[in-house]
Amino acid sequence: MTSENENKPDPGADAEPDTEALPEPEGASDVIETDYEVGQDNITPQIGPLGLDIHNPVFAISAAVIIVFVAAVLAVGGETSAAFFGDLRGFLTSTFDWFFIIAGNIFVLVCLGILVSPLGKVRIGGVDATPDYSYAGWFAMLFAAGMGIGLMFFGVLEPVYYFATPWGDQPLGRDIGIVDGELADPATIEAARLTAMAATIYHWGLHPWAIYAIVALSLALFAYNKGLPLTVRSIFYPIFGERIWGWPGHVIDILAVFATLFGLATSLGLGAGQAASGIGFVFGIDWISGNVTAAVILIAVITLLALISVLRGLDGGVKKLSEINMVLAGVLLLFVIAVGPTMLLVTQFFGNLGAYASDIFALSNPVGREDDGYRQGWTAFYWAWWISWSPFVGMFIARVSRGRSVREFITCVLLIPTVVSAIWMTVFGGTGINQIVELVTESGVYGYVVDSYVPELSLFGMLADLPLASITSTLAIILVIVFFVTSSDSGSLVIDTITAGGKINAPVSQRVFWVIFEGVVAAVLLIGGGLAALQAASVSTGLPFAIVLLLACYALVKGLMAEPRE
Amino acid sequence: MYKQILVPVDLTHVDQLGKALQTAADLARHYDAPVCYVGITPEAPSPVAHNPKEFARKLEAFGNQQASDHGIKATTRSYSATDPAIDINKTLKKAVEESGADLVVMASHMPNVTDYIWPSHGGWIAEHSSASVFVVR
Repeated sequence: MTSENENKPDPGADAEPDTEALPEPEGASDVIETDYEVGQDNITPQIGPLGLDIHNPVFAISAAVIIVFVAAVLAVGGETSAAFFGDLRGFLTSTFDWFFIIAGNIFVLVCLGILVSPLGKVRIGGVDATPDYSYAGWFAMLFAAGMGIGLMFFGVLEPVYYFATPWGDQPLGRDIGIVDGELADPATIEAARLTAMAATIYHWGLHPWAIYAIVALSLALFAYNKGLPLTVRSIFYPIFGERIWGWPGHVIDILAVFATLFGLATSLGLGAGQAASGIGFVFGIDWISGNVTAAVILIAVITLLALISVLRGLDGGVKKLSEINMVLAGVLLLFVIAVGPTMLLVTQFFGNLGAYASDIFALSNPVGREDDGYRQGWTAFYWAWWISWSPFVGMFIARVSRGRSVREFITCVLLIPTVVSAIWMTVFGGTGINQIVELVTESGVYGYVVDSYVPELSLFGMLADLPLASITSTLAIILVIVFFVTSSDSGSLVIDTITAGGKINAPVSQRVFWVIFEGVVAAVLLIGGGLAALQAASVSTGLPFAIVLLLACYALVKGLMAEPRE
Repeated sequence: MYKQILVPVDLTHVDQLGKALQTAADLARHYDAPVCYVGITPEAPSPVAHNPKEFARKLEAFGNQQASDHGIKATTRSYSATDPAIDINKTLKKAVEESGADLVVMASHMPNVTDYIWPSHGGWIAEHSSASVFVVR
């Protein structure tokens, strides 16, 4: 966007900009008048040749807390700390499962309410704003940042798990489709399949995307329409007022950095181990599986790629990689549809959506249920996980969503991704279940999910029973690695923005720092043990954030009501 | 010899631009060429402005001030970018092309080891556009 002005060399004609009211961004919007200036609490230390521009105290405390946590976990020992944080997370998800489930339902209802109400007519960035990104680029970035890696990991695993494993995690306590290697009768198989698909889509559908949408929409609204800095604390201006620039805001931002960095670093560490197993499996190199050195090399490669991507900027890095990945994921999806049971998958898709629609009420019911394994072990865990990732994904989505109307935003961040997730789960999980029904215990999927539980190989097990397995498995490994690169890259951009007090044009050296820091934390924890511990710790931030997000719903609606509509 | 001078300005660090601005103004008077001041702003709120429109207005005021201080003809062009820290070079190149500038006068930071990783903007513009580039230290 360009604006050009002809200035005359006439001293009398000058306007005094400081005395005028704040201009609206593009077209009318409800700008918040505050004396706070972006970056006013920033300090600009010079470290060697690098000039920094960082928020005081958010940057220092975040970095210190992360280092102290890592050191403490290493000192105590990975297993002891994993037991502690594992228990903490288990305690939170089993004690507050009802709270997570209610909160999740509220997020969905608030999003749908905004979608159908006149608030949907508000436009992000002012009534005349135009979008910066095409639909394709926008979608690609939504999935790459928030869900891609999870879809790869759980796409086959989760539906098959609910369908076939006898360990007491059946959604709604329903029957499974195969017991001790013997298929059940056809009616039970079909019912178990539908339940498995509905329960999986529930975890990857409206609820997670509603969590992301609430955070993203709030951030976008308060930054692009109201002129507050692009950082998590700004959402709470309607609640805390000017106090948001002090400690209440610092705490929110530090929590967001903590959850984001540990969420990313632990996923990277655990994911690298799993990707290494995948590589070992696909190429028949046995020693790579479970080898720490191989995983550390993989972390280094992913971090290096993320570094290159970060230096190429948002458009040249993350956006390009996301688009490449969307094409690759599309190819893999179409391949599985084409060589798998094509017509069966098409009919099953509508059946699955129907099952999701009818089971969603029972699945999202917070009380009076017996299916503890599913409700606490899976649903509450997922909700805590999505919520702990929401500052990162939400902020990234916010950054690329300027110029969209609120109705368009919710359609594209909530409804369409839900359908895409449902398609993905139908194709990957459905094919996995169909293989079990056809090949029973001979199927690769049965081997990796039920016989010997090796979750990271479930996708490769499914692909191995289809033609051209070596090509598709290689494609799957590339997808996993690139999704890690895009998550690492976009996460670093987000952490850098938060720790720079909402400045998106802070010195590039800072985002380089966060990319490398994340890789180092992942590698150190992988070598020293403690990945599981800190992943549990980051998921545990889901509980305080759930409360924070409920407040955000209120702030969002209040903020939207003050905006002019088209 | 020069018909249009382009001066990239960072409104957060105007105090450090004095020498470059003076150089540009002197050249402008010598060759009787107008100066176009260019600024790049993020779309999200920044220390300078809450939104691109406010930034454009501040840049315009800055241009007016320069015009009256130095008695030159001045225009301004403001660009917004989604990732300005990275997109500076690309945007400056666009500004050179759109304004038809044949001379770019810009302030430089003190070169140090990081220049091996992040080459200077002036060097990049000299390489990628047809304009002459005067880097003021």
